[in-house]
Amino acid sequence: MAEYLIKNGFVFDPVLGINGDKVDIAIKDGKIVQSTEIKNPTVVDAAGKTVMAGGVDIHAHVAGPKVNVGRNYRPEDKLFTYEPGKGVKRMAGGFSVPTVFRTGYKYAQMGYTTVMEAAMPPLYARHTHEEMRDTPILDQGAYPVFGNNWFVLEYLKNHEVENTAAYISWLLRTTRGYAIKIVNPGGTEAWGWGLNCNSIHDPVPYFDITPAQIMKGLMDANEALRLPHSVHIHTNNLGNPGNYETTLDTFKLFQGEKPNNDFGREQVMHHTHVQFHSYGGDSWANVESKADEIMNYVNNNDNMTMDLGCVTLDETTTMTADGPFEHHLTELNHLKWANTDVELETAAGVVPYIYSPNIKVCGIQWAIGLELGLLAKDPMRVFITTDHPNAGPFFRYPRVMKWLMSQDAREAQMDALKWAEKVRSATLLSGLDRELTLYEIAAMTRAGTAKALGLSHMYGSLKPGLEADVAVYDYNPETAEDPELIEKAFGNAAYLFKGGEIVVKEGEVVSNGNKKTLWVDAKVAENPQVQRDIAEKFMRYYTVTQANYEVNEKVFMKNPYRIEVDATQ
Amino acid sequence: MAKIITDVVCPFCGTLCDDLEVKVSDDGKEILEVYNACVIGTEKFLHSQAEDRLTVPMKQDEEGNWNEVSIDEAVDYTAQMLCNAKKPLMYGWSSTNCEAQSAGHEIAELCGAVVDNTATVCHGTTLIAVQDVGVPSCTLGEVKNRADRIVFWGCNPAHAHPRHMSRYSIFPRGFFTGKGHKARKMVVVDPRSTDTAKMADLHMQIEQGRDYELLSALRVAIRGNPLPETVAGIPRETIQDVAETLKSGRFVVIFFGMGVTQSLSKNHNIDIAIALTRDLNDYTKAAIMPMRGHYNVTGSGQVLGWQFGFPFCVDLSRGFARYNPGDSTSNDLLRRGEVDAVFVLGSDPGAHFPISSVKKIAQLPSVCVDPHYTPTSAVCKLHMPTAFVGVEEGGCAYRMDNVPIETRKVVEPPEGMLSDEGFLERVLARVKEIKGVA
Repeated sequence: MAEYLIKNGFVFDPVLGINGDKVDIAIKDGKIVQSTEIKNPTVVDAAGKTVMAGGVDIHAHVAGPKVNVGRNYRPEDKLFTYEPGKGVKRMAGGFSVPTVFRTGYKYAQMGYTTVMEAAMPPLYARHTHEEMRDTPILDQGAYPVFGNNWFVLEYLKNHEVENTAAYISWLLRTTRGYAIKIVNPGGTEAWGWGLNCNSIHDPVPYFDITPAQIMKGLMDANEALRLPHSVHIHTNNLGNPGNYETTLDTFKLFQGEKPNNDFGREQVMHHTHVQFHSYGGDSWANVESKADEIMNYVNNNDNMTMDLGCVTLDETTTMTADGPFEHHLTELNHLKWANTDVELETAAGVVPYIYSPNIKVCGIQWAIGLELGLLAKDPMRVFITTDHPNAGPFFRYPRVMKWLMSQDAREAQMDALKWAEKVRSATLLSGLDRELTLYEIAAMTRAGTAKALGLSHMYGSLKPGLEADVAVYDYNPETAEDPELIEKAFGNAAYLFKGGEIVVKEGEVVSNGNKKTLWVDAKVAENPQVQRDIAEKFMRYYTVTQANYEVNEKVFMKNPYRIEVDATQ
Repeated sequence: MAKIITDVVCPFCGTLCDDLEVKVSDDGKEILEVYNACVIGTEKFLHSQAEDRLTVPMKQDEEGNWNEVSIDEAVDYTAQMLCNAKKPLMYGWSSTNCEAQSAGHEIAELCGAVVDNTATVCHGTTLIAVQDVGVPSCTLGEVKNRADRIVFWGCNPAHAHPRHMSRYSIFPRGFFTGKGHKARKMVVVDPRSTDTAKMADLHMQIEQGRDYELLSALRVAIRGNPLPETVAGIPRETIQDVAETLKSGRFVVIFFGMGVTQSLSKNHNIDIAIALTRDLNDYTKAAIMPMRGHYNVTGSGQVLGWQFGFPFCVDLSRGFARYNPGDSTSNDLLRRGEVDAVFVLGSDPGAHFPISSVKKIAQLPSVCVDPHYTPTSAVCKLHMPTAFVGVEEGGCAYRMDNVPIETRKVVEPPEGMLSDEGFLERVLARVKEIKGVA
């Protein structure tokens, strides 16, 4: 493989502690190496440019059944977005729910190389893998949802953590999944009857268990399995005024808990898109930001990580395994509603949404997402996302970075809101003068996410031995003054190396790379009871046979990459 | 010694039963028996063994005589035809696997083709309605485990989806439905007294083409508002009775077929059927599901969706994907004379399209890829036989509830026979040669 030397760039790497120094980055055989190890490299001149590891997105909805519902039922989302194929590129289009090709190209142009699909219904794992297989460039993995799974509900009702862990091990292997995702625990099962669990102590109908027990039990199983990532939680009561209390209740469930793994992960839980979970007030009339209370807790408890879920003020498509929430949303905005309840496992809904700068609540949501990022004391634990496409499309990350890095840019947007004064009084944003640095941005988009995923041995840094995923941006931190340059540069990487290969050159996608599909194989001691329970449930309640459930690695995955964990001890 | 292959997936209808058992001869070449399948599914497996089956490509000369050609010639003819056409139509895709669909799409992209599937003449209206109003739905296991109110509207599963009622909707005992059909209420809406209707607790024998009115009346009745004495031939009391039955259920499912999608009002029927389902969610839990016909028409919509963003009639002729039913749909293109070559795989438009469209196919350079000799073959210039997906070739297919299942290969195809995907890969390679792309 070719050798490269990326010379004279301003490097930002929180893992190595490099903060804008000019360091040369050497690439050989797909890995980062010491400069002394290469003999005849192709030199890439990065003078005046910013160099970071490839971006790692911990939470986005980019592949699978609900994503494809979003594509197919919103032809309007394709308007004015299509680009014809050219060179290695297939034709690609779509705004909030882009086609798989556009997803790959757009992320690459932002300098991202790894993207995790945040919710995979196990019964639809094959579909999720088919989409990931067709998504070019990106290394990907998918989190199967567990928070409403009948096996989990029944085992945890009886406090059977060992059986829960054995079942999780089986399901991760069978669906080629990466981590334990929990969405509206218990509430989505209740949605099978048109009901919900609005607090973490609401009992789940029939199953006689509470969301708190589900989340805590899954965390115990996660740690018993020593998985690379922690439980990945979207808690109950999303999107409702006053819900910050539910969020804090959820956080507190994990207080004092310790992680157990060999991957360098330090958190026991990741809470996703916290913006949607940080609302005060008791109605849409008096909704207000509680970002300070939320971040006060996060800053003081270092056994958790979170991502922001920033609203980008776009027209977008919401989609989540929180089935009852999507019904609630369609009642609110009266736009079209798709829902799919998935036997024994989960449900999902899809509703378009317009985050209008002319609507007060949308302005407040926009402000809260940014406040969370600005109030974070440890950027290695707080990550930039838009919960793509829920709060906005992923290709707005550079815009979110601009807002986080420039108070002027925030104030300009605030002034452009129709209800700017009301937004100011309901939020803290105008009082925050912090401007995040590139070093902090690198932590929030690469180093921190890779670590939280248990992937710091592969991604997130430019340390020798790691995957040669390197992004070069045309951004000179010494001279750049206009905040618009941030958005422009980070949306149009000058170069992107993926696994040691040039994928983006001078802003153009020149290769589809050699993507990997990551999954976790956690071995547990043989468990005949769980095997028998699985066989029985398939026989009696599933509509596919057990033998037809497993995802065939050879057929459905591109370049599968198995991460092995031994939890038999 | 014969051997039994279990968990075989039936490649016939959208029910995609995956519990078949197939007895094959010891050498793995012959299917002896098929267990658990309906009569149609059984026949699909056994028919692959027919002795008069085509195994060699056939080409029609100018006098209309059919001559055998080599696979290389068939590949070259197909590739040349697609490359030389300004706007070829690539139609079908419903009786093949997702892998073949994907290969076909790449060819279509390079050749600027229109890709359309059989939804264009069956549930395309449903897909349009979903774009208008969405769709609250579920998997078939939710029906089995929870549903106590089942509506079949304009469909006849007893004949078209023979195992649907026994596997999923009426008879099975599920987790919350331990009494099976005894605790389910079955409503059928159909102008005909079908075998499904005869089993119903209540058959609303609607006047032909009045579905929109009856659906609208049900929405009115659910809200408790006044109705005229009869609507669509159904007495007011019956409508109110059905509305009450649905509202009082714990979990309602409406299954609907081409009786509503292709009758008067088309997609508007489905709009209001979905709106009715949505309304019911204010009182109880309700879902709606199209009874998809071909075993992988759903998959075609899915693959088109993630690759191009639209579920059928995707026009790639301008270098970007466009979608405009009524304009980019197969019959509209054919009847307006807007396409100059036709490629058919995984469907039989010769048997199902209007004769005016079939005549157009007959006048154009055309290729039919199908294990069988079909009415479409008769009007095409080249017939390319391939292996049966789900019998002689595996690959992914999507059930009517969008659940993907990997079909299984149970026997070897006749020697030298390509799969759909294999043929398309060869055509793709040839297209790239002709176009000079890497």
